[in-house]
Amino acid sequence: MLVINDLHVKLEEEDKQILKGVNLTVEPGKVHAIMGPNGSGKSTLSYVLSGKGGYEVTQGSATLEDAELLDMDAEERAAAGLFLAFQYPVEIPGVGNMTFLRTAVNAQRKARGEVEMSAGEFLKVIREKAKSLKIDAEMLKRPVNVGFSGGEKKRNEILQMAMLEPKMCILDETDSGLDVDAMKLVAEGVNALRTEDRGFLVITHYQRLLDHIIPDFVHIMSDGRIVKTGGPELALEIEHNGYGDILAEVA
Amino acid sequence: MALARKIIQVKQDATDARLSLLDLPDGATWITEARNAAMSRVKKMSLPHGRDEYWKFTKPDTFVQPEALKAPLFDNDEGPLWADVDRLKVVFVDGIFDAEASDDLSSEGLVIERLAVAALKDIHWAKDLYGVLEIRGQDAVQRPLAALNTAFATDGILVHVTGKVSKPLNLIYLYNSETSDVNLHHCIKIDAGAEVTILETGPGAARLNTVMEVDIADNSAFHHIRVQGRDHERRAVTGIFTRLGHESTFKSFTLTMNGVLTRNECVIELTGDNAIAHVAGACVGDGKDFHQDDTVFITHDSFNCESRQVFKKVLRNGATGVFQGKILVKKDAQKTDGYQISQALLLDDNSQFLAKPELEIYADDVACSHGSTTGAIDENSLFYLQSRGVPKAEATDLLVLAFLAEALQEIEDTMLAEGILERLNGWLARHGH
Ligand SMILES: Nc1ncnc2c1ncn2[C@@H]1O[C@H](COP(=O)(O)OP(=O)(O)OP(=O)(O)O)[C@@H](O)[C@H]1O
Ligand SMILES: [Mg+2]
Repeated sequence: MLVINDLHVKLEEEDKQILKGVNLTVEPGKVHAIMGPNGSGKSTLSYVLSGKGGYEVTQGSATLEDAELLDMDAEERAAAGLFLAFQYPVEIPGVGNMTFLRTAVNAQRKARGEVEMSAGEFLKVIREKAKSLKIDAEMLKRPVNVGFSGGEKKRNEILQMAMLEPKMCILDETDSGLDVDAMKLVAEGVNALRTEDRGFLVITHYQRLLDHIIPDFVHIMSDGRIVKTGGPELALEIEHNGYGDILAEVA
Repeated sequence: MALARKIIQVKQDATDARLSLLDLPDGATWITEARNAAMSRVKKMSLPHGRDEYWKFTKPDTFVQPEALKAPLFDNDEGPLWADVDRLKVVFVDGIFDAEASDDLSSEGLVIERLAVAALKDIHWAKDLYGVLEIRGQDAVQRPLAALNTAFATDGILVHVTGKVSKPLNLIYLYNSETSDVNLHHCIKIDAGAEVTILETGPGAARLNTVMEVDIADNSAFHHIRVQGRDHERRAVTGIFTRLGHESTFKSFTLTMNGVLTRNECVIELTGDNAIAHVAGACVGDGKDFHQDDTVFITHDSFNCESRQVFKKVLRNGATGVFQGKILVKKDAQKTDGYQISQALLLDDNSQFLAKPELEIYADDVACSHGSTTGAIDENSLFYLQSRGVPKAEATDLLVLAFLAEALQEIEDTMLAEGILERLNGWLARHGH
């Protein structure tokens, strides 16, 4: 599904290398978790994959179902099935949440040559999905993320993911800022989307999210590289011992 | 000193050149007196010059020069605005009332007359309004083009509002001549407890000068929505002069799309307690020849009044937007609540926004705030939208409309607001990416 090969990325404006050769393959139906110390490059990887400006790929490639991601505009990547749940969802005053999501859903459908969703159908589907994430209708009417609490913003990301039904979902610290109950809701939302043909890349600092979304693989990122890969037990190990031992071992 | 004297001379010469081509229209004594007085004002002030402080951001030359510059007629392929809104149409073609194209002007709660007809009547209520508010508006700052209008306008409408009128009055300005040089002067007198909505639409004229004097009595309301012509070469200078009584309301919104030069002046006097005045504008301009100017002067002269100015401009490809807005709070205008915001969204580095917000406050118990910003499209917002699959062009349009939202929200009537939004969407589609 997603194949990242020897990806090197630096900042466009400065001479600062952030990703220093990332290799990672996510097969359909699998959940990969990425953990790693602050500043190791996890968010950068998610941004570069989804097409944010300000970065320069100096080496390597990334493909989604064999399509070269790095050549596409951000909106093309989305239409191709990539989704990023942001670590810091953006507030957009003046753009209604509903308008935004319907525009997005239909823009993607249009780009893929599919029929657009009618207003009625859209309303029905979003109400249903919002309800299961305990997002009330009032919130949907508000401008995108404006005045949302930290946890509400994260749930709104998952709602968008549920509406857009991407093939490859990247979740960047979706658990941060969530209370215990909200985390369960979010995890249920994610698990509901776990199908044989969908891949997940879950960036997190904490084992507790992985209690709910059980990963197939856990990767440790450090200084712009994936330095260790293992199963769910690797997350537990980090929970108990921190990164010190592992980083010393691979150094 | 020599330079200042030279400019005075240049201004006088330009004024004489303009006036020499104009004849005071015929009329009854009351209006002839008003016109003569206005002409004296013009001579005394002289027409504006680029060196005038009040015109430092907007070149007045093309408003001043004897002949109007040519404005090719625009091929308008858009459907009519507000087609499904029930309204009373009052049509002017090249500055002259067109009875055939207009609706029957008799309406409940309203008495409407053409200025051209009323001007011939020996006695008319408009004697107490025609030119009167315009003169009051000259108090703090000179507005010679408005005085020029008072002196030479031959047509317009005089409206006496006696009750609550639900059907809006739509003034429509059309032109057939590419050099149409039009002065229209309207007087709106709203009795206590009455209410009216006035709409202004249509291409305008090659050079349009409108003055609207609005006298708003106690407990009455005036709503105004204007969509200025989108012919690329048309020019317009407009003046709204209003005075508000006790517990009365004035709300005005203007949409400016295209037009090579637009100067909209609005002079508001809050003279009765608890009155409310809102004036708002949304402007979208494309190209280095586009220049749009909102100049507002609000005087708080009574207790507990509220004023609100909301101006938003979207500028691209070298367009220029101007805002000059002043709130003057007189000594006894305690509990004044004044708000002013002017913002520009520049879609490229070549466009510019020039703003001069001013506050002058003599009362001590007031809450006044003003802000002015210039910014570009927020990259993070744009990326967020794109990352959800919204194409860049469409995402930009969404952010442009979001930016304009605060001004658009000033339109109370949802049907009228929808029409405005439709027009904006049309513009965005045509001036796309
Ligand atoms: N646009 C930028 N400008 C400057 N520095 C940047 C930029 N983007 C990333 N960096 C730097 O790159 C490094 C990696 O950042 P990144 O946000 O990817 O880390 P992370 O692994 O997601 O960290 P965290 O766990 O704190 O979220 C950091 O040192 C960060 O400061
Ligand atoms: Mg991060």
